[in-house]
Amino acid sequence: MMKKQLVELAHARSGDKGDIANIALFAPDQATYDLLAREVTTERVQTHFEGIVTGKVERFEAPNVLALNFVLHGALNGGASRSLRSDALGKSLSSALLRMEIEV
Amino acid sequence: MKSVRIAGGLGFYGDSWRPIKASIERGNVQYVASDHLAELTLAILQKDRQRDPNLGYTRDFAPMLIDLLPIAIPRGIKFVLNAGGLNPMAAREVLLGALKKFGMKLKAGVVLGDSVLERLDELQEVGVSLAHMDTGADIATVRDRLLFASAYLGARPLVEAIDAGADIVLTGRVADAALFLAPMVHELGWRWDDWDKLAQGIVVGHLLECSGQATGGNFGGDWRSIPNLAHIGYPIAEVWENGDAVISKAPGTGGRVNFETLREQLLYEVHDPRHYITPDVEVDMTTLRLDEIAPDEVRVTGATGRPAPELFKIIAGYEDGVMGQAMLGYAWPDALAKAQLAAEIIHQQMVEVGLQAEEVVVEYMGYNSIHGPLADPTHARDLNEVYLRIAVRCADKKEAAKLGRLFPPLALSGPPFIGGAGGMIEPRGLLGIWPTLAPRAVIEEYIRVSVEES
Repeated sequence: MMKKQLVELAHARSGDKGDIANIALFAPDQATYDLLAREVTTERVQTHFEGIVTGKVERFEAPNVLALNFVLHGALNGGASRSLRSDALGKSLSSALLRMEIEV
Repeated sequence: MKSVRIAGGLGFYGDSWRPIKASIERGNVQYVASDHLAELTLAILQKDRQRDPNLGYTRDFAPMLIDLLPIAIPRGIKFVLNAGGLNPMAAREVLLGALKKFGMKLKAGVVLGDSVLERLDELQEVGVSLAHMDTGADIATVRDRLLFASAYLGARPLVEAIDAGADIVLTGRVADAALFLAPMVHELGWRWDDWDKLAQGIVVGHLLECSGQATGGNFGGDWRSIPNLAHIGYPIAEVWENGDAVISKAPGTGGRVNFETLREQLLYEVHDPRHYITPDVEVDMTTLRLDEIAPDEVRVTGATGRPAPELFKIIAGYEDGVMGQAMLGYAWPDALAKAQLAAEIIHQQMVEVGLQAEEVVVEYMGYNSIHGPLADPTHARDLNEVYLRIAVRCADKKEAAKLGRLFPPLALSGPPFIGGAGGMIEPRGLLGIWPTLAPRAVIEEYIRVSVEES
C-alpha cells in the first residue's frame, strides 16, 4: 500500500449554483475509476473540506464518463453574489479536492 | 436525415464574441444561441433597472449583433439570446432601433413572463410556499429585500417565436439549454413528448452554453496540451432528427474538442446526473456516450429523458449586506508574517473605530486566498510576496467603507516593505440567492410571445 495525491490520478471541474458547489472528478480509465469510487467516499470529501463546506456532501456516479460527482452544500459562503471570498464561484474547489491523498 | 447546426455564443455577460465570427464564417451554422445570464447577472441588471427603467438587459448584445449580423444575414443565420435579462421588451426596442439605423430588415421576437417579482403575493395566495428549495427556509425572512424573482422558462415559447418567423429571439430568464433546444425542436420537428430526443437536445445545449469551457477553456486535465487558447473556437453542434449529435468547432480555431474537454463540461453545475431537471424534460446523463470520431469531433448519443417536471424553478435575489474590502502586498523576507501582523493591526483598529461587521474574511493572497484552509503550509515561510486581503460584510455602504480607510496608514506605520497599494476599493452590495419552485401552470399562464419587424 502506498499513498497518492488525487492530482496524480484524476482531473476535476467545479461549478456553482447558489450556495451549492459541485466537483466532478474524472478518472483516466476503468481501474482508476473503481479505485476512486472505493477511496473517495462522501465521508472523506466531507472531512477534506472542513472549514469551507458548512452543509452536507453528496456523491453521484456517472460511470459512463468515468466520473464521480460531489455536491457540496453550503460550500460558497452564501453563493457567488453574496460571498466575501476571493474564489466566490468555487472554481478552484476542484483543485482543492485534488490535494486529497488516497491509498492505492 | 435532416439536421441543424447551432453555434454556441457567449457563456456570460462580458464574454468575447470574436470566436462566434469564426463559427459563422467557417462553421456552416444556421443558428447562434447565446447565454448572457449567470445567476448573479440578474443582480447587476436589477441595479441598472433601478437607475433607469429602460435598462435591465445585458448591454453587450446590441454591439455584438451589429458586429455579427453583416456576416450572419447573407448566410440566413438566426439568433436566440437570453440577453433580455429583466427587461426583454426594452432590449427589443434597442435592437429594433439599431436594426433600423443600420438598414437591416429583420424580425425580432421577444419572450415575456419569466419575471414573477410582481406576482409573488398571487403565487402565495394560490398556495405556492416559495420556501427556499435547498434549506426549506420561509421566504418571509427575505421578502422585503427581494430585488428580482425570475422563473426558468423552457424552450416552448422560444420555438413559438421562431415558428412565427423571428430572425432574432430575445428572452429573459430561461433554462440555459433551452436556448439551444428551441432551434432543434423548430428545425427537426420534435414533439414535446419525444423525451429521449429532448434529453439529447438538452445535453447538447448544456455542452454549448458555456462557450470556451467545452473547447478546452478552464480545462482541468492536461491544460498544457490545449493549443492556441488565444484564438479559441466556441463549440458547434450538429444535431440530427433522431437526436444524435456531433460537437465540433470551426476549422482553424484554437482549443480542443475531445472526450476529456466535453466530459468536464457535461457535469459542470450538475448535481444528480441521473436526474438533471429542466423545464422541458428530466434528463439521465448516465446513459449517454461521448465518442471521438475525428480530430475535434465528438459524437453524443444515448441520453435518455423522462417527462418534464410539474414544478418550474424560480431564482430570486435579495439584498444581503454590503462588502467592504482592502488589499496590501508585503515582500520577502517573512512576507506572510508581515501580512499577518498587518491583519492584527487592522483587527484592533476595526474594534477601536467601532466597525460593525457581520462577517470578516482574512485571506493571504499568494498563500491561501483561493484554497483557504486547504492551502499547503509547506512553503509559507519563504514566499516572495503575500497580499493581505480583508473583506467585511456590513449593514450598509457607509459602515463597509470604514475598512478601506484603515489601510493607507499601514504604508508608513505598519510592518515593512509594501507594494501594490492600489487605492481604495468601492464597497459593493451583496446579493443572496433564493431558489424556489412553483407549479408549471401558474408560470406558463403569463408567458407571452411577440414578433415585430424592424
